[in-house]
Amino acid sequence: MFEDLSSKFEGLYKKIRGQARLSESNVNEAVREVRRALLDADVNYKVAKKFVDDVQSKALGAEVLKSVNPEQQFIKILYDELVAMMGGPAEDIQFAQELPTILMVCGLQGSGKTTFTAKLANLLKTRNKRAFLIAADIYRPAAIEQLQLLGSQIDVPVFTIPGERNAVKIASEGVREARSKGFDVVIIDTAGRLSIDEVMMKEVSDIKATVKPHEILFVCDAMTGQDAVNTAKTFHDHLKFDGVVLTKLDGDARGGAALSIRSVVEEPIKFISTGEKLDALEAFYPDRMASRILGMGDIVTLVEKAQAQISNEDAQAVEEKLRKNEFTLDDFRDQLKQIKKMGSIKDLIGYIPGINQAALKDANINDKSFDRIEAIITSMTLDERRYPQVLNASRRERIAKGSGTSVVEINRLIKQFTEMQKMMKKLSKGKVSKQMRDMMANIPMPQ
Amino acid sequence: MGFFDKFKISRLKEGLAKTQENLVRKFTRILHRSRKIDDELMGEIEETLLLADVGFATTEQIMKNIVDEMAKMHWTDASELRDELRKEITKALTHNGEFKISDDPFALPAHTKPYVILVIGVNGVGKTTTVGKLAYNYRNSGKKVVIGAADTFRAAANSQLEVWAERAGVDIIQQHHGADPSAVAYDTIQSAIAKNADVVLIDTAGRLHNKTHLMAELEKMTRVMRKLMPDTPHEVLLALDATTGQNALQQAKEFSKVAPITGLILTKLDGTAKGGVVIALANEMKMPVKYIGVGEQIDDLQPFDPQEFSKALFGEEAFRGEEYTVEEETQA
Repeated sequence: MFEDLSSKFEGLYKKIRGQARLSESNVNEAVREVRRALLDADVNYKVAKKFVDDVQSKALGAEVLKSVNPEQQFIKILYDELVAMMGGPAEDIQFAQELPTILMVCGLQGSGKTTFTAKLANLLKTRNKRAFLIAADIYRPAAIEQLQLLGSQIDVPVFTIPGERNAVKIASEGVREARSKGFDVVIIDTAGRLSIDEVMMKEVSDIKATVKPHEILFVCDAMTGQDAVNTAKTFHDHLKFDGVVLTKLDGDARGGAALSIRSVVEEPIKFISTGEKLDALEAFYPDRMASRILGMGDIVTLVEKAQAQISNEDAQAVEEKLRKNEFTLDDFRDQLKQIKKMGSIKDLIGYIPGINQAALKDANINDKSFDRIEAIITSMTLDERRYPQVLNASRRERIAKGSGTSVVEINRLIKQFTEMQKMMKKLSKGKVSKQMRDMMANIPMPQ
Repeated sequence: MGFFDKFKISRLKEGLAKTQENLVRKFTRILHRSRKIDDELMGEIEETLLLADVGFATTEQIMKNIVDEMAKMHWTDASELRDELRKEITKALTHNGEFKISDDPFALPAHTKPYVILVIGVNGVGKTTTVGKLAYNYRNSGKKVVIGAADTFRAAANSQLEVWAERAGVDIIQQHHGADPSAVAYDTIQSAIAKNADVVLIDTAGRLHNKTHLMAELEKMTRVMRKLMPDTPHEVLLALDATTGQNALQQAKEFSKVAPITGLILTKLDGTAKGGVVIALANEMKMPVKYIGVGEQIDDLQPFDPQEFSKALFGEEAFRGEEYTVEEETQA
């Protein structure tokens, strides 16, 4: 997500890189590029204008800090403004004191309300909250059936009244039933039409007045153009929603709408939907997203993922080995195993700072290649794992046969490993960034 | 064709009401008589185009052309820019006049039977609805239509399409949820041949254009269809939501890699959306808009005529008075 925007920003830094300080001329040029990048990313015209003006005045008025170069200083300003634009800290659903918490989902046609409703129920399930869905979209052919099917996939009950043409009645009866059965959360899927449709607006307003939801979530397609803010505003004027959900962020949508809505309606983005599967729903963190947009990666999320898998002791042991240059193929294999637990490699690489997001998008990274590496290492003797230099042609052939791979793949792995060792040596001497970036940008993977 | 003309204009007028309001009213406000042409005015024109999702590149190009023309013609009054702006937008929309529209958009080429139309697009743009409306239009112009329900992925897509097929009064070929869409397409064409149908409309599952495996599936569909009819699909229509922003260009690029797009369908134009991105698509991708969806009723799909569209956008009436009206055609 946001690949286009971040790759544009990456190009932008080059303009400022190498300059002694932020001057009026280099800032103006950079700022023009920022504006174009934002507009190409569908950030609302007015929001982009304000953003650019703010960045410009901050960049020009910025005190020249001795410790940082102008490029870093400029990125810092962009980062701060992006975070401000997308809203400060992350915000979750506010659960009600007494059961059930009633949530209502609204949005335009085709924005992904029904799918989101099911995804949210699924997410709540992982937090041990029992959800109860109400299908109140009586207009779209088969909308109710769609929610019922999704509900059965995640084993969450879906309420509706067959043949009922009154959405308000379906919603209030549904809430009553959920309450009597003691569910934790009720999610009402409403009909989506066009925001100018007063009839629909009245219907959702009526549902709101009748069931009094604790929270209303507005679902917005990340691919929406300039109009996103108007739609959001219309819905907000009618319903005063409490949070925004961005869907279809797994496309290459530049998500400019995402960046704009917050500054227009002052309601936080709470969730982003990043895939077709029902578990592809994430909480939204403005600061992390800003990092990713600026090509700074999202180390926090990466670290969180790592922390969930790797214990401190393990990490220290590896560090010790690296320092003493005792890192063997065995350790390498253990590392791979841990990384694999964290998720798909492509996703993980996306979190790393300095990665060219646009290049990554097209890269064909196959997680299976890790299995092959594992197989190769497992087919080696302990000695070979410790001292790969003993690997002569006949040993390599044996390993290839044993692991069901080829000598070419083994050669590649050994070469990679030796290079990595070399790099580690440099790393421990403190030369990090360039090699690191180079290596990450073209991680060679066996086919 | 008197029926069509009348139907077209009145619907088009309704459907474009919002576009009117957003683009034309604004231009009317900006480009009033006795306003001087200055940087502020140019800035406002640019803003209006960008806010209508015309996009940076095409806006830049239009602005440049206007400035060039202005220098040549020595204009000083804002109202003089109006015609130039209309010309530029028509030019962009028709790709310099390359796109033409036929008198009867639902006429079929001779010797191609059945005429196979594939409707593709990302999720939630209204493909299924569009297929229903297309079926209705073709049937109304006296063609025998078979619909293929090749969206086997989305829960309940089949039942939605069934409803549409019933409303349009046409046949539908479907398989179970999760079936191979290529097989559905194949079956549909085979059945159309057997029934001697004129038109095959194939609805596909919504897919994000950056999902390699789903795009490969689409490619496979066309490949399998060609086993029955080598020149299929005769038309590939990319459905686009009118509220989509610059990502539409990306969608058009990626989809055309796997299926030869012959035209665009702009859906949901009756919302607050302006659909300005079609100007960018025609201009930058050379893709003509074939139909626009202006409502939720089955007869709310309109053939798109770029000339008519820009005329509607920049009709003299719009500049004269507050209220915009298109005179109804009174055809016998």
